[in-house]
Amino acid sequence: MTQASNRAPAAVPPLHHPGEAVLMDYAAGALSEAVGLIVATHLALCPACRAEVARLEAVGGALLEGMPDGEPDMDLLEGVLARLDAPAPAAPRRPAPHPASAVLPEPLRSYLGGDVGRIGWRRVMRGLEEALVDCGRDKVRLMRIRAGTAMPRHTHAGNEYTLVLAGGFSDALGHYLRGDFIATDAAIDHRPVADDGPDCLCLAVTDAPLRLTGPVGRLLNPFVQF
Amino acid sequence: MEIDVDMRERAAAGGDHPRGRSGPVCGTGRPSGASGGTGRPSGPAGGTRTTDAAAEAARLDALVVQVGRDRDREAFVALFRHFAPRLKSYLMRQGAAPGAADEVVQEVMVTIWRRADSFDPSLASAATWVFTIARNRRIDMIRREARPEIDPDDPALVPAAPEAADRLIEAGQDQRRLHGAIAELPPEQAELLRMAYFEDKPHSVIAAERGLPLGTVKSRLRLALERLRRAMGEER
Repeated sequence: MTQASNRAPAAVPPLHHPGEAVLMDYAAGALSEAVGLIVATHLALCPACRAEVARLEAVGGALLEGMPDGEPDMDLLEGVLARLDAPAPAAPRRPAPHPASAVLPEPLRSYLGGDVGRIGWRRVMRGLEEALVDCGRDKVRLMRIRAGTAMPRHTHAGNEYTLVLAGGFSDALGHYLRGDFIATDAAIDHRPVADDGPDCLCLAVTDAPLRLTGPVGRLLNPFVQF
Repeated sequence: MEIDVDMRERAAAGGDHPRGRSGPVCGTGRPSGASGGTGRPSGPAGGTRTTDAAAEAARLDALVVQVGRDRDREAFVALFRHFAPRLKSYLMRQGAAPGAADEVVQEVMVTIWRRADSFDPSLASAATWVFTIARNRRIDMIRREARPEIDPDDPALVPAAPEAADRLIEAGQDQRRLHGAIAELPPEQAELLRMAYFEDKPHSVIAAERGLPLGTVKSRLRLALERLRRAMGEER
């Protein structure tokens, strides 16, 4: 893993990717907005996963073709045709013009209202600051970890997804740089350490199991603790 | 190709909306020989399935191009007849009530009309393009969430190597072989694949609901994808 640290900061593709089941969930539109955000931000940095998502969308297209067809609803057609000449609504608000260079890729940059310079950081502990990203039900945090800082040993409830945006960190399983996507579950007890050099910037999403309540949640519980 | 006949009849009878253009309904890009047969079965049928799917995919691509280029309402009606019932099935399978499903179908069709000029058949088939529109409208209108997506013009986006871009274009072509490959998946893989795409639940939730270990779900999906990749000509 040490040769990975020779990668240039920006243009070299990541080595650690979301699993194909996560990419499939993204292509199918089954991820929560928060997990969708971290996957999409990885895609901005990873041409290989973009190509894979394009293939997985093609699977979605083929499955749509295989859906029962039946008779079209001609009343609905009338309604649609009546709308075709209406002016299209104004394009959704675009973020400010693209900066010449940005640390944070889209779509994350728009969620934060700008690049790293605009973020209001909150100190969590020595060497660690964070900013919350407003994004649906799951908790999304941008973390800035000072070079060399060791995070407290921890596990998580549910899955935690981490995306490195600048700098790098290591844990017992590997060394991670810009674009690398790391999925950890409750079974993993890890103690990440930020690289020396520039601060490490990471996006982290926890899909808390508490959204899986009710009958489904009760069924799920044994599996959450896998 | 009986769809075209129906469509012309409606266009003639309906008066107000789709004014027929003279000449062939679908114009260039459509395999003109494909309609020569007498009443070919429209559904999958033995060895001709892949050929049928390829001709149908080419027809749909041409229709979207026509809508984008010529604002052709007749072509749009043909797209409606093809996609609206499938979209409704897709949305109801996702759990939408019939009324809500109709609303989303309407939005998807209007979006097709407005964005058809951005459709590039070398990147994705019409069905794939419509699928992504329907997926995003469903998330927006039914789940009331945003759909985070990349911005292809973002300077921070890491571009694909040129040869990878070529392979993506091929993927658009090879998509037509997917129909046959999906039909030939073992039932347990096909079922999981449909759940993954149609139930608005991440695979981990599907595993729990089905009482299947997560690893089993992942490995079945992986096996299914390996078969489909082979169909798409992707060596991995």
